[in-house]
Amino acid sequence: MADAEIIPIGTRGRPGRGSGSMRPSSAARDLASAPRRTPSGKGDARAPEARPTDEVAPEAVTGAEDAGPEESGAEESGRGPVTTEDRAPLPGIPVGDWWAAIQSAAKELWGHDWEGALAALLASWRRRLEGDFTVDDYGFDAEFTQQFVLAVLRPIADKWFRIEVRGADNIPEDGGALIVSNHSGTVPVDAMMTGVVVHDQTGRFLRPLGADLVFRLPIVSSMARRTGATLACNEDAERMLSGGELVGVWPEGFKGIGKPYSERYRLQRFGRGGFVSAAMRTGVPIVPLSVVGAEEIYPMIGNLPVLARILGVPYIPVTPTFPLLGPLGLVPLPSKWLMEFGEPIRTDELEDGAADDPMLVFDVTDQVRETIQQSLFSLLRERRTVFG
Amino acid sequence: MGRVVLVTGVSRDLGRRFAREAAADPAIDRVIGVDVVPPHGDIGEMSFVRADIRNPVIAKVIAKEDVDTVVHMSVIATPGSAGGRGTMKELNVIGTMQLLAACQRAPGLEHLVVKSTGTVYGASSRDPAMFTEDMHPKKLPRSGYAKDVYEIEGYVRGFARRRPDVRVTMLRCANVIGPHVSSPMTSYFKLPVIPRVLGFDPRLQFLHQDDLFGVLKHSVTHEQQGTFNVAGDGVMLLSQAVRMLGKPSLPLPSPAVGGLGQALRSTRMLDFSPEQLAVLTFGRGMDTTRMRSELGFEPTYTTLEAFTDFAHGLRPPETEDADEAEVAARG
Repeated sequence: MADAEIIPIGTRGRPGRGSGSMRPSSAARDLASAPRRTPSGKGDARAPEARPTDEVAPEAVTGAEDAGPEESGAEESGRGPVTTEDRAPLPGIPVGDWWAAIQSAAKELWGHDWEGALAALLASWRRRLEGDFTVDDYGFDAEFTQQFVLAVLRPIADKWFRIEVRGADNIPEDGGALIVSNHSGTVPVDAMMTGVVVHDQTGRFLRPLGADLVFRLPIVSSMARRTGATLACNEDAERMLSGGELVGVWPEGFKGIGKPYSERYRLQRFGRGGFVSAAMRTGVPIVPLSVVGAEEIYPMIGNLPVLARILGVPYIPVTPTFPLLGPLGLVPLPSKWLMEFGEPIRTDELEDGAADDPMLVFDVTDQVRETIQQSLFSLLRERRTVFG
Repeated sequence: MGRVVLVTGVSRDLGRRFAREAAADPAIDRVIGVDVVPPHGDIGEMSFVRADIRNPVIAKVIAKEDVDTVVHMSVIATPGSAGGRGTMKELNVIGTMQLLAACQRAPGLEHLVVKSTGTVYGASSRDPAMFTEDMHPKKLPRSGYAKDVYEIEGYVRGFARRRPDVRVTMLRCANVIGPHVSSPMTSYFKLPVIPRVLGFDPRLQFLHQDDLFGVLKHSVTHEQQGTFNVAGDGVMLLSQAVRMLGKPSLPLPSPAVGGLGQALRSTRMLDFSPEQLAVLTFGRGMDTTRMRSELGFEPTYTTLEAFTDFAHGLRPPETEDADEAEVAARG
C-alpha cells in the first residue's frame, strides 16, 4: 500500500489553472500557509494531502521542482510515484469515543451511579474469587444472580423484548406463592425474562422449577442452581413453598417449549397437576401468568429427531435462522412481549386432604390452564404486530 | 449412668479419637475398643481388645464385658486401606452381620449406634435438593461402598425388628472433614491440582470431626432412637471450596475425571470411587431438621466453618511461621 501510485488531483504544484505562467499569482501566494522547505521525498509523500494552494508557496514549488517533477519528467507518464507512508496508520475510532461508548453501556447496565456500582461489583468479584460467598440449600447465590445475571438480562428484557407487564400487583409481596406460566420459545428465555420482571416489580427472586434434563447438562445445571432453580419434584416444590419462596413453574415442560411454530399460543397438556397439589399442601396461592411474544423469538419450523436422540435431548430446533446462519441464528428475534399476571387462585381455603383428591386437583389444574389460555387470546388480540 | 460402650473400628483415626473422647466422658464408665489391628497413637483410658468382628469371638467380648452400648464405626469407605475391594466388602458386610448376630444374642444390650453415611442416598440429576430420612436413592447402588452401606442399613433395620427392646440409632453423616481426617474426600482436597467435572458445580455438605464425636456421644448418652441425617448447617459449592483452598482446579469432562480417578487409585494417591464422582458431579444435600428436633443435637460447626477449619489445617505450617516471623520482624 505504501508504494501505491497516487495520481494527484490538481495542477501538481503549478500555479493556478489557466494562468499560463509558472509563477503563482499573488492571490495564490497569500493563500499559502507558512512557508516550509521539505526534503524531496517527504515533499512527494505529502503531495496528495497538499492542496494546490499549499504547494504554490514559492519554496515548495522550488522543492517540488528540484525533486519530483523533473525526475519524473523523464518518465512517460510525466508523473512521479507518490507514496502514502504517512497515511498508513489510520487513526481509527478515537479513544474518546471508545470511552464514551463504554460509559453509556455502563449507564445502561447500572444506571447513573454506575461508577459506584462498578466499584462495588469489582470488590464483590474479588471477594468471590476467594470463595467468600454463601449459597442457600438449593445452591442459589442471590448476590451472583442480582449483580451479574439480572444485570445482563435486564437490558434484554427492556430494550430487546420491550416487555410490558400487567397485573404485577397480583404477585404476593411476601410469603410463598406459585407462579404458573405458559412455556414457549424453543429455549427457556421466557423463564429468565419472568425472573427479571418479577424481581424488578417486587424485588423478590423467582425460584424456577426445572426439568431433570436441566440438571443433567453441564454448565446449564450449575447456572440453573446458582440462579435459584431446583428440580421440579414434589419434595423440592413443597420445601420451597413452605419456606416462603416465590416459585415459578412451567407445567407444559418440553411439550410447550418445543412445539412447532404453527401451534403457537396453544397450551399443551399441563402435566399431572403436581404443581397444584404442591400448592394445596402448602396452602399458597397460584398466580397464573400469560406470556405473549416468547413464541416468536425462535420460530421452530423443524426438528432434528435423530440428532436429538443421539445427544439425549428432547429436540434440536430448526428455525429460519438457526442452523443456517450458525451462531448468528442464536440471536432471538426481537418480538414485543406482553406479560399478564392473573388474579391469584387461593388454595388455603380448601379443606384438608384436598391435595389427595385427584378430581379436585384436576379441576384446579384445568382452571389455571383455562385462565392462562383465555388471557393469552385476549393479549394476542391486543397486540397489533409481532414486532410492534 | 454407668455405661459400658464397645466401639468397633478403633484402629482408624476417627474410631480411636472417638473412643478416647468417650472414655474421658464422665457419663460413660468404660470404653472397649475392638479392631483387628491395634490402634496407632494415644488411646487414653480406652481398653483395647484385639478381635475380629467377622468372627464369633466378638459375641464373647460383648457377654464377658457386660456391654450395654455398641457403637459401630467400622464401616470403611476406602478399599485401599483395607487391602482391596474384596476385603473391604467382607469387613463391611460380613463384619456387620457378625456384629449384629452377636448383639442379638446379648441380653444386656440396650443401645446400638451405627455410623452410616449420606452415601446411601446416592447422587444423581433427579435428586431432590435435600434428602429427608424417609427418602430413598433414585437409583439403587450396584457396587462399591454405597452398596455396602445400603446392605448394612438393611441388616441394621432387620436387627431393630428382631430386638425391639434395643434402641437403634443410625446416623447418616455427611462427609466428615477436619484437620486429622483421612477420607476419600479429604485426600481429594489434598491433591495439588483439583480435578473437577466440567460444567458442574455440586453442592457439598460437611460434618466437622468434632461434631461427629459430639453426635456419637450424644446418641450414646441420650435416649432417642431412629435414623438421622447429620451434617453441618448449610451447603457450599465445590467451586467455593476450591477457591478457599487457593488451589488450581482442572475442569475435565466427566469420563476423564473418572479415568483420572482410576489412575490415581492405582498409584494409591487417592481412592476415587464412582459414587464420589457422582457426588462431585451432582452434589447432595441432607435435611437435618430431625437431627435438631428429635435427636436434639446441634452441630458446632456449619458446613462452611468445618471446611474453613480443614482448609486452615492444610496450609503448610512453614508459611504461617514465615508470616509470623515477618510480622515479628516488621513489628
